[in-house]
Formats: sequence, C-alpha cells, structure tokens
Amino acid sequence: MTDTDIPLWAACLVVALALGGAGFSLIGAIGLIRLRTFYERVHAPTLGATLGMALIVAASVVFFSMDEGRLVLRDLLIGLFLTVTTPVTLILLGRAATYRDRTEGNADAPPDP
Amino acid sequence: MSRLLPHPLLSLALAVMWLLLNAPVTPATLLLAGLVGWLVPFVMLALRPDAVRARAPGVILRLAGTVLVDVVRSNIDVAKVILGLNRGERRTGFVSIPLDLRDPYGLTVLSIIITGAPGTLWVQYESATGRLLLHVLDLTDGDDWVRRIKDRYERPLLEIFR
Amino acid sequence: MSAPLILAYGLGLAQAMLVLAMALAAWRVLRGPRAQDRVLGLDTVYLNGMLTIMVHGLRTGDGLSFEAALVIALLGFAATLALAKFLMQGEVIQ
Repeated sequence: MTDTDIPLWAACLVVALALGGAGFSLIGAIGLIRLRTFYERVHAPTLGATLGMALIVAASVVFFSMDEGRLVLRDLLIGLFLTVTTPVTLILLGRAATYRDRTEGNADAPPDP
Repeated sequence: MSRLLPHPLLSLALAVMWLLLNAPVTPATLLLAGLVGWLVPFVMLALRPDAVRARAPGVILRLAGTVLVDVVRSNIDVAKVILGLNRGERRTGFVSIPLDLRDPYGLTVLSIIITGAPGTLWVQYESATGRLLLHVLDLTDGDDWVRRIKDRYERPLLEIFR
Repeated sequence: MSAPLILAYGLGLAQAMLVLAMALAAWRVLRGPRAQDRVLGLDTVYLNGMLTIMVHGLRTGDGLSFEAALVIALLGFAATLALAKFLMQGEVIQ
C-alpha cells in the first residue's frame, strides 16, 4: 500500500496514464494472439514498446516528481533505451523469419525488394 | 572533433545520462558527470566510427514532431485493427520503396522510425540497388505508402545527413 | 476517495492488465507455431514484465524498481537478439 501525500489530481493523472499504457500493452498482446501470420504479429508488441511504454514512463515521472518534490526524469532513460532497442530486435527477428521462409521456399515468404 | 574532446555530442549525452541517474544534482555528481562525459568517449577513438554530420537543427525538430504524431496515430490505427473495429476487408503485405538516402546514419534513423511506428516493419534493405522492402499491416489505403515514407521521413533525413 | 486509495486500486488494475498481457504472450511462446513466433512472444513477455515492475514501483513508491526494470530491459534485448541471430544462422557466435 502506498503511503504518499501526493494531491488527488496527481494521483488521478498517474492512474489514468498507467491504465492507458497498460491498455495499449494489453491490446498489443491480444494482437499477438489474434493476428494470423508471423509478419502481421510482429507489429503487435510495438504497441506496448512505444505508446504503452511512453504512458507508463510518463506516469512514473509524474508520480516520483510529485512524491519527491523535484523533477525526477531518470525513467526517461528506460524510454530512450527501449526506443533504440525495440527496432533492432524486431528488424533482426524479421530478417531471421525472412531468411527461414526463403530457404524453405514458403508461399508467404517476402518477395525480393 | 578536437583531440581533447573527441566526440562532443557523446560527451554531452553521457554527462546528462549520469546526472539523470544520480539526481538530485550536487557539485560532486556534477564533477563526476563531467569526468565521465570527458573520459569515456576516448574509448570510441579505438573504434574509429565515421563522424556523424547532422545539420539543420530546425529540420531535426520538425522531423521529431512528425514522428511523434505519426507514432501516436499509428498506435491507435493498429489498436483498431487488432480489436477488429475497422469495417471492410483489410489487406496486408509487402511494399518495395526505392530510396535516395545513402548515408548509413540516415538509414539507421529511418529504420528506427519505420520499425518504431506500429504497423510498418523494415524487412530488408539492398544497399546495391537502394531498394527497401517494408511490411505494412494495413495496406487498405492503397499505394501512397511509397510517397508517405519518402515525403515525411526521407526528405528531412536527406537534408539532415547531407 | 483519497489519493492513496485511488493509486492502490488503479495501479493494481494496471498491473493485472499487464500480467494478463504477459500470460497472452506466454501462450504464444508455448503455441508457436514457428520458432520466430516463440521468440516474438518471449520478447513481449520481457517487455510486459518490465512494465509490470515499473507499475509495481509506482504502487509501492519504491525508486529501486527502476534498476530492476532497466536490468530486465537489457536482458530482454540481449536474449531476443541472441535468439534471432540463432534462428538466422544456427549459431550464436560465428
């Protein structure tokens, strides 16, 4: 249980941001289940990695800034790190899937650029 | 690029990162941040990366704004696709785009923008022909993806990494 | 309602949603069908786990969760990269 003395409006803002972020992440995970092929599914986790992450980072910045009474921006580092790393993992994973599909001659393998 | 400060941008980024991790700012953390920002970039000298020449700060800011708006918009679009809120048939598939951008740093930024925005994935880039293969989740809008990528992202990047 | 009560319930709900997202991603890891689907699912489990820890840090007001979240983000990045590389060549180091 939290024992902070942050004002009511800040608590509502934090909760709204966190729920929005969690909502986008959840929709991304649902997409991982609902979409039919790998190349469609690979788009789904980006939802959590961009807007979902950004909203939760914003909630964290608001909460700790109000709680400690000064601007706490260190959570932005997580945002920066994820923004730079998520495309790298997704591109490499896409390349791996492309390579595997092409060598096996699958019908839904990507065409040549 | 002087010998005393080989990578000024990297130095600044490291110092700011150090201060963010060690907030609140005191004279001691400020001194350490300065030391870290000054000494660590010398490691990069051994790697000999090509110098980053980014120009036109105004264009960089405008591109950042465009990307921010596009990421939020495509998040909502992809969420609609996943939840099945769109009427009609959805087409998905690959798009091939001829790129004029050749600078490696420019291509890196372009790949981060395209993959970071939900709904588009950078699949393959052929450096010999300069052609890029994208996977697009919602192709229903038609063939304006080529123009969209070139106008919104490639042109500013060509100006920045000239 | 008081601020701590709103925080406790709202952030608890957010955590529950993120745990559900982790469960869905884990189902994709188990279900497959191809290896790349499993790796994608694992990456999503890492991502949502990291977000869960961040929300947990908000709920307890504990700044140390930041370090845990950063470590999970680093591990998730390295793990997914290694697995994707493995799928491409069959060997991690070549």
